[in-house]
Amino acid sequence: MDTYLTKKSAIKESIPTIFGYIGISMAFGIIGKASGFSTLEVSLMSLLIYAGSVQLTTLNMLVAGSPIASIVLAAFLVNSRVILMSTTVAGYLKQENLKRNILIGTFLTDESFALGMNKINYTNDRLNFTWFNTVNIVSYITWQVGTLLGAVLGSFITDPKKLGLDFAIVAMFIGLLYLQVIGDKKLNKVLQIIVILISFALTYLLTIILPANLVVIVVTLIGCSLGMVIKHVFF
Amino acid sequence: MSSSEYILTTIIFCGITTLLSRVIPFVLLKKFTLPPKLVEFLSFVPIVIMAALWFSNLLIAKPGHLPQLNMQYALASLPTFISAIISKSLLIIVIVGMISLAVLRLI
Repeated sequence: MDTYLTKKSAIKESIPTIFGYIGISMAFGIIGKASGFSTLEVSLMSLLIYAGSVQLTTLNMLVAGSPIASIVLAAFLVNSRVILMSTTVAGYLKQENLKRNILIGTFLTDESFALGMNKINYTNDRLNFTWFNTVNIVSYITWQVGTLLGAVLGSFITDPKKLGLDFAIVAMFIGLLYLQVIGDKKLNKVLQIIVILISFALTYLLTIILPANLVVIVVTLIGCSLGMVIKHVFF
Repeated sequence: MSSSEYILTTIIFCGITTLLSRVIPFVLLKKFTLPPKLVEFLSFVPIVIMAALWFSNLLIAKPGHLPQLNMQYALASLPTFISAIISKSLLIIVIVGMISLAVLRLI
């Protein structure tokens, strides 16, 4: 990380994220293929949705045959943390015009957000369009290349169950959950663990009474509300 | 609706959804700030949704009965979780997870 907000420093600083991106997007491509989708469909998800956790949720729910409306609602909920991220980034780009703000928002991801929040520690709390846009473009291209590689590779894997590929998606959720807990500096760790345990219990209980494709959404709405209550009463 | 139409429609609508949740804050923020209660609610979303997605994959729904535990998935979750603590890398976590399940199926 340096103090410059140039194209060159943006490219240099986004290189470490390329490795993470290639890995996740390849895994997505392989999982997509293993779940019975075509290379085109898998690529379209990456091109148009461009959000790992949303793509995995969508994949999962499409396989289950969930109604489109509930998949879209789940996509919105999974992605709702992006609202917080773009709200934060927008605060640093108020000096740029609306068109540039929209462009940054369109390609904003967890990684470019994390990189941006790291960068402001070196630039006296300043960010600009050139730097952020370059980071976004590098990420987007990496994501597409990785997805395509994974989808092509996935075609050569004839029995994905033998390789444990069907568990890749579950492993990803475990990883994302753990990384979220250790990465979140704002929510108390004990509170987070309590909320996770409550979510487990809710998932179990709601699986008894609700169809599988509604469980995740209902758990999220109740779990987040309970989290707020517990935070106010005990923390 | 054919299966490919269903998939394509879903992808397009999910794409619009992610696009809007990214862009709208940039457009609106010049005029409004999010209500603090909503910000607080949203701060719980990532952990709750990931926990629910994980756990719902471990359960096998049995209409009229209590859900059953998918033992293979539950057991494979252990080394996966440990690899998360050690590596903190999503790629490694996924690879360890797949190997764990593959090994469990061999046994």
